[in-house]
Amino acid sequence: MMISSRVFGDNGKVKEYHYTGPVEHKFSPYAFNGGTVLAVAGEDFALVASDTRLSEGYSIHSRDSPKCYKLTDTTVIGCSGFHGDCLTLTKIIEARLKMYKHSNNKNMTSGAIAAMLSTILYGKRFFPYYVYNIIGGLDEEGRGARDTYKAGGSASAMLQPLLDNQIGFKNMENVEQVPLTLEKAVQLVKDVFISAAERDVYTGDALKICIITKEGVREEIVPLRKD
Amino acid sequence: MLNTSTKTPTGGFSFENTRRNAVLEANLSEKGYSAPNARKTGTTIAGLIFKDGVILGADTRATDDMVVADKNCMKIHYIAPKIYCCGAGVAADAEVTTQMMSSNVELHSLSTGRPPLVAMVTRQLKQMLFRYQGQIGSSLIVGGVDVNGPQLYSIYPHGSYDKLPFLTMGTVTFSLPPFFEQTQSEQNLEEAKQLVRDAITAGIFCDLGSGSNVDLCVITEKTVDYLRAYDQPVQKGLREGTYRYKPGTTAVLTKTVTPLTLDVVDESVQVMDTE
Repeated sequence: MMISSRVFGDNGKVKEYHYTGPVEHKFSPYAFNGGTVLAVAGEDFALVASDTRLSEGYSIHSRDSPKCYKLTDTTVIGCSGFHGDCLTLTKIIEARLKMYKHSNNKNMTSGAIAAMLSTILYGKRFFPYYVYNIIGGLDEEGRGARDTYKAGGSASAMLQPLLDNQIGFKNMENVEQVPLTLEKAVQLVKDVFISAAERDVYTGDALKICIITKEGVREEIVPLRKD
Repeated sequence: MLNTSTKTPTGGFSFENTRRNAVLEANLSEKGYSAPNARKTGTTIAGLIFKDGVILGADTRATDDMVVADKNCMKIHYIAPKIYCCGAGVAADAEVTTQMMSSNVELHSLSTGRPPLVAMVTRQLKQMLFRYQGQIGSSLIVGGVDVNGPQLYSIYPHGSYDKLPFLTMGTVTFSLPPFFEQTQSEQNLEEAKQLVRDAITAGIFCDLGSGSNVDLCVITEKTVDYLRAYDQPVQKGLREGTYRYKPGTTAVLTKTVTPLTLDVVDESVQVMDTE
């Protein structure tokens, strides 16, 4: 809003100026650093995958900044969103895991980690962590959860319907619903990220897949489009 | 020579649609929607004068916010036989502005009886963009060869222009000029093409709004070479699985068959020439 008013200055001459009204400056405590995470679980495995690009605005900060963090031998968490909050959140989770180990003399199970994360996040309900989290892991008996999947992060809206179709067999008829094997899941995750990198500018550079089986956690890195 | 063939609007600014747009925007936001955003090209474009002419370069990605809308669009537009223009900013603005210029330039050169000058194209463009006070969001690099030799101009959305031997525009303007500082106007064709290719490739890799291929347009006195997809620095990843659906996968909810009874009225045979 522009209000122009004539003011008489000290020496009697007319001084005209434009008053633009109250101007609000906002400091935003958040930034969006991009990145996509994906988790799929089968009968006896779980996998958590993420791209490795860290961006801000139209620039790339790093081409090698994976978003999967290994918490225990049976659990991996994928965090994307605001990188500052991702780092702080994982630091807090790791500290809490240590505290649990020292007082209970055993590692936290995947389910317990998920429940704990929920309370940590709700504790900051009124100044949230800007992080999209997905936890993938095996339970105490080494079992995954059959045919479950979730996508999070910048390309999640593109990936989730594709996974609903390929893993959940949604919107299809007369299709044999075979249970998901590890090989098929890894192939699907690679293909799905190749597609996401085509259309989402925040996704690309490389894909890191953390595969969790009863043998432990194994990593695989696949290159993606760099443009 | 006074040119009366191109229409110049009388009066100053033409903001006929702003009130209508404001009303539409208010109506939409009442219902919780927002007006669609203009799609920007989020681009890297460059131009370079070398020994025999001028080279224009551009990437080929068009973005809709942060989703790739077109992986292989054409950002180097035709204006006249020896004058081409790269457009950055709002995709529709760059496209329509250059098309209007192209038709104006043809009429003007028919009226003068001479081939068009790059300076004339620049002047018409900047006068139009200034008239719209930056509301037309297109940044353009105009390059071509005319009787005065090879020339290169950049025009900004508010109507200012620069005449330089090398130019870069788009979302990552600050990282490219260092590339071009090493240019001399006595370079030969291959070195100059390589330099423009390198500059656009830097934009493709370092800018999220640019990507896919490098398009080049080499304009000399004798020829114009539009090199579409001159370089493809990024390859699409190969998918391992097949995602084809067998017939019968899509659910059919209802089916209605309406037989049409037809009578044969006339029958004739026409031999097709298949050679």
